[in-house]
Amino acid sequence: MIELHDIQKIYPIGDRQLKVLNGVSFTIEKGELVAIMGPSGSGKSTILNLLGCLDVPTSGSYHIDGQEVSRLNSRELAHIRAKKIGFVFQQFNLLPRLSALANVKLGLEYADSTNLSSAVESLTRVGLADRAHHRPTELSGGEQQRVAIARALAKNPPLILADEPTGNLDSKSGDEIISMLTSLHAEQKITLVMITHDPRIARACQRIIHIKDGMVEKDEKVQ
Amino acid sequence: MKKYSKLLRPFGNAWGGVTSHKLRSLLTILGIVIGVSAVIALMSIGKGAEADILARIQTLGADLMMVTPGSQMGAGGVRGAAGSSVTLTMEDAAAIEEKTDLVTSVSPIFSRNMQLIAGSQNMNAQVTGTTPSYVPTYNLNTTSGTFFSDYDYQRGSAVAVLGSTVAQTLYGSNEPLGQNLRLGSIIVRVIGVLAGKGSVSGSPDNMVFIPLTAMQQAVAQQRTARGEQVISSISLKVKDLNNSEYIKQQLTDLLRTRHRLIASAANDFTVTSMQEVAETVSETMATTTMLLGAIAAISLLVGGIGVMNIMLVSVLERTREIGIRKALGAQDTDIWIQFLIESAFLSLVGGLIGVALGWGSAYLVSKVWSMRTLVSVDIVILAVSVSVGIGLFFGFYPAWQASRLNPIEALRHE
Repeated sequence: MIELHDIQKIYPIGDRQLKVLNGVSFTIEKGELVAIMGPSGSGKSTILNLLGCLDVPTSGSYHIDGQEVSRLNSRELAHIRAKKIGFVFQQFNLLPRLSALANVKLGLEYADSTNLSSAVESLTRVGLADRAHHRPTELSGGEQQRVAIARALAKNPPLILADEPTGNLDSKSGDEIISMLTSLHAEQKITLVMITHDPRIARACQRIIHIKDGMVEKDEKVQ
Repeated sequence: MKKYSKLLRPFGNAWGGVTSHKLRSLLTILGIVIGVSAVIALMSIGKGAEADILARIQTLGADLMMVTPGSQMGAGGVRGAAGSSVTLTMEDAAAIEEKTDLVTSVSPIFSRNMQLIAGSQNMNAQVTGTTPSYVPTYNLNTTSGTFFSDYDYQRGSAVAVLGSTVAQTLYGSNEPLGQNLRLGSIIVRVIGVLAGKGSVSGSPDNMVFIPLTAMQQAVAQQRTARGEQVISSISLKVKDLNNSEYIKQQLTDLLRTRHRLIASAANDFTVTSMQEVAETVSETMATTTMLLGAIAAISLLVGGIGVMNIMLVSVLERTREIGIRKALGAQDTDIWIQFLIESAFLSLVGGLIGVALGWGSAYLVSKVWSMRTLVSVDIVILAVSVSVGIGLFFGFYPAWQASRLNPIEALRHE
């Protein structure tokens, strides 16, 4: 599903070059539930941006679903994001002026999917069918994140990327979100990659990739 | 259905953007509203005034032509005021009248400004001595009584026909017919009152008409060196309006021959056709209208800059939204179109309201000041399309800026 090979990412800062990723390689199989862990500044957010096709590596190759994407232009990247990737952000990133349902539909809009029933279905799946017409400000943090998950699920993408999905939540709603994500993974066999620095959450996944100083430090299976 | 909703979606997004800040959108629209309504109102007032003046000139007839004396050239090349020379004569008028292939009616005019006294009222007005042919020449109608006849002309009857303004001033609501009126040294009897023509310079409304022969008794008539009777001017109606240039040339040649002017001498008279006057006035008014429109267009431009300003603010404020949309797979063009439609929509709505308001103000002006206004379809179409154009033009840069935001940075934006 995902194949990273010798990925480097270098950001120019003034006349210096900041090497954020220095030869990252790993493979994630279809249907895996993987946590990417690492201290802040280790490069895990950069990895997520690359995995999510929001950015391209300076060198190395990245295959998603067998397609090489590391050399695509922004237009083609947007197309991949629209079709194949669902995001769940730490900040939820819902549009405040839209209802929960409209936010979920937004996920379908750019995927050229007008299957509006899948938006409602998605909301039902995260248990928020009755709050479809509430705006994000009228929902609790946990509920907002569930709307965000519904938005990511609605277009039925092969890959879901979650960036610290519980980072802005209290531990109770955080646990709910994690169990929801893991059960969705179990039911739907989607590939789910989660960035976290919470070891408790990481252990809910099948596999943990530890990133340190722009390199894979350890790649372990969770027992 | 799928295709349809895909086409409509950017409009939905733009609508959402516009309605999310209602007051702000309203204020932005207001700038365009004021610009468009100013253009429409001012242009329609200008066009109305133009049409009004032209209509007044037309009532005298576009086929009217006037021959007036030129300026007298004194010794040493000192030119006197126009009309100061005494060159036009009764005999000139008679000679023109013989050219029946060119003209239909010819009226010699011998006029002076005089003090008119009727009972306790008096006023100063132009007294025009002429022939009955003046009626067809100027398309005149009487509201009461009649114009003087050929018989009156030949006898030199002491009768007068009043222009509508003169009648109103001297007699008010009283019946002027049959009243005696003192014109300088003579006393005449009022036999008719003319219908109003509207106030245009040289309008018969402000004149009194008496037979030219009667005028000769009141005012001493000059004679030229060759003994011809000098008159003030000659008015005539051309036979074929489409040929007026040719007719003007023929009349000029005729008068030059009669006045024995050598080839190098300038004309000692001027031939003016009403058609030319109308064209000149029309051109002048069109320029004035354009000037008014241009001034109003400046406010439209300011409105457009307002749209751009708001769109830039909106893009900045919605950076995160743009990031979210891009993360969800929006193409640069999707974002671009969304913001472009938003600004075009703002200015279109402003344009439509502006048209209604401009039209309303034009109507109000015409009612309150009883000025003629003319809202033409081409101005409306122009104003609306210009406002949409302004929206697209001034929305272009902000939308472009929005579309090229980096999604990662946009998502981080607080």
